[in-house]
Amino acid sequence: MTPDRLFAAPRPRAEMLIRNAHVLDPRSGLHEAHDILIRDGRIAEIGAPGALPVSDLTDSVDATGRHAFPGFVDPHVHLRTPGHEYKEDIDSGTAAAAAGGFCAVLAMPNTDPTVDNAAVLGSLVERARREARIPVGFLASITRGLAGDELTEMADLRDAGAVGFTDDGRPVVSAGMLRKALQYQRLAGGVVALHEEDPALSGDGVMHEGAVSARLGLAGIPSVSESTMVARDGALALHEDARVHFQHLSCVESVQALAAARQAGARVSGEVCPHHLTLTDEAVLTLDSRFKMNPPLRTEGDRRALIDALRSGVINCVASDHAPHAQHEKEVPFEQAPMGTTGLETAFAALYSELVRPGALTLATLVERMTAGAALYELPTPTIAVGQPANLCLVDLEAEFEVGEDGYASRSSNCAFHGRALHGRVLLTVAAGAVAYRRPMLVAFATPSPANGSGAVARRQER
Amino acid sequence: MPRHLISIEDLDRAAIERLLDRAESFAEVAGRDIKKVPALRGRTVVNLFYEASTRTSSSFELAAKRLSADVVVIRSVGSSVEKGESLKDTVQTLSAYDPAAIVIRSPQAGAAQMVAGWTSAAVVNAGDGKHEHPTQALLDVFTLRRRLGSLDGLNIWIVGDVLHSRVARSDILAFTRMGAHVTVCGPPTLIPRQIETLGCNATSSLDALGEADVVYVLRMQHERMRESFVPSLREYTARYQINDRRLRPGQLVMHPGPVNRGVELAAATIDSPQALIGDQVKAGVVVRMAVLYELLVGSPVLTAVA
Repeated sequence: MTPDRLFAAPRPRAEMLIRNAHVLDPRSGLHEAHDILIRDGRIAEIGAPGALPVSDLTDSVDATGRHAFPGFVDPHVHLRTPGHEYKEDIDSGTAAAAAGGFCAVLAMPNTDPTVDNAAVLGSLVERARREARIPVGFLASITRGLAGDELTEMADLRDAGAVGFTDDGRPVVSAGMLRKALQYQRLAGGVVALHEEDPALSGDGVMHEGAVSARLGLAGIPSVSESTMVARDGALALHEDARVHFQHLSCVESVQALAAARQAGARVSGEVCPHHLTLTDEAVLTLDSRFKMNPPLRTEGDRRALIDALRSGVINCVASDHAPHAQHEKEVPFEQAPMGTTGLETAFAALYSELVRPGALTLATLVERMTAGAALYELPTPTIAVGQPANLCLVDLEAEFEVGEDGYASRSSNCAFHGRALHGRVLLTVAAGAVAYRRPMLVAFATPSPANGSGAVARRQER
Repeated sequence: MPRHLISIEDLDRAAIERLLDRAESFAEVAGRDIKKVPALRGRTVVNLFYEASTRTSSSFELAAKRLSADVVVIRSVGSSVEKGESLKDTVQTLSAYDPAAIVIRSPQAGAAQMVAGWTSAAVVNAGDGKHEHPTQALLDVFTLRRRLGSLDGLNIWIVGDVLHSRVARSDILAFTRMGAHVTVCGPPTLIPRQIETLGCNATSSLDALGEADVVYVLRMQHERMRESFVPSLREYTARYQINDRRLRPGQLVMHPGPVNRGVELAAATIDSPQALIGDQVKAGVVVRMAVLYELLVGSPVLTAVA
């Protein structure tokens, strides 16, 4: 029997009627206004607006003017548990995910201790079953202690529930070590996900190497530090016929290397982060440590190439690389600050505001790319269709807000988008059949919905 | 004047000239027997030095004292910084003494800017990592203006380890703002990619050094050899040392100090009349007096607030 790979705390199954939502699910082909009835945590009926009866027993949400999307899936988050719960834990991290419209997230193993054996993974699974507000999957490390010199018990870890393997935060420096992991994948299964960086080229770099690093006198991380490793590991994936996923790609050269490897027949996929799609190294001119992350923000040319790759499908999905850090850790000069930005609560709004609204990406493509991470890791894709478990979010695309104005559900506030005005506010998230997030003040009772736009009234109330 | 001096970018040409004029007036004071003016009497200047420094630290201290300020000097060695106190906590503690200015030298780029966010005092960047050293650039401009009258149209070559030099970055900005053309020159490993975006030329060859009116030589640090930026001191010296053989008569030579005699500069050149190194040191005090004066009393608006 295949073990479960997503874990959440038991929650009451949703009983809910979402009325008159603009339903957009690129996979089921829905792209118009519908009522959605959720019964016992499953989508029981989808009907024309007003077609489904409002019952007294069912929670009824007037979604006029709002969009319903399949719940987003984030294949790359740091929940900092075990060991760094002061930055984030499973409860706060999944609260942030739910507030961002996510119905599943995959957590990275670079914790303390590392998730490199079944005992640590088992305790995490147990904890997720107590605390997680939405389903969480776990990647285990490829090498013990992320040290790069001994394989973990990958088969054992798979039996204990690991979705895949990664040394994220670090590259697997030795090609020979990675090759063994890819060979062993044939026994263990699971995707091998790679943080690509050549430490000899990155050196003590703290930002992208280019005009801005020259101006600031900061040590640079050149793009080739990433792309040479993507090229190397694309070749290894092909040679071993292994399933490899490239994490947080940041530059045009890596996009080219990924496309070339796939073209050659390698089973490779890639992800890109909202901050790399919307910000450039110019942001670092402020020397604000919120803009310090690894891989670093790169140039406008790189950003454009990443958008093109996401649109065309060369890059398969969006991943937040949600990386919480405590305020005191980030409130230091740039070079001393740890790498990382939070991202779960802003991923959709940032990409909707900066890519979809200006016309660089269609809304349907964005929704597809924000849910595609599930299939890449052999997990079920959230779908708005009758009979499916309810995994969806309700979003007000017109609502504008300032990031951080109401605080964060995450325990940390190191968000690269802090203070930015964004559109696209998540109002409701249903994950694995249970309500995981509901924006306070969302009108939750059966209200008559006259044609004169109660949606607008409700929006005002929500503020 | 801005409220703080963090970067040369805070200053336009008019502000630089105003500072230099002020420094000229203090140079006159420096010629007197009693070199003190009462401008900052009763006010406190904190010098916070997280890095070893001789001339910057001593000249800031002397500058504040000649303006009659009370001066507190804190060095990372022997202070609570050594016990792991964060920069923020240190600055907030010192701010409780209500200083008029905090002068900070830090190995971290952006440190001065952060300090400015945590205190109501005026903040002067006395060098932040490899980012900037604006008062060094101002005293360099002051020195050249005194000698040549103007920097307009001047060709200035900055030679050596540009990659690791905050002086180079501030000088490129200041010299170009004052109308000079700047060329940086050094081994390819020590010239940052895209440095030209700062408005200078870049080359790895000294062949055209003859076009320079001024040759600004940077310090070559020995640890760069260990890091393989250059294969050996011998090769660096052979290729890039500024000496009488490479200089033509009339070219001026500058260096921010401390000099490695016989490495980036030949000993004879240091002691030649072409070298302005002593003038630079002397300018340090009056220029830093001018910076403190302009930030703390120069602007009528600021005086009203104070």
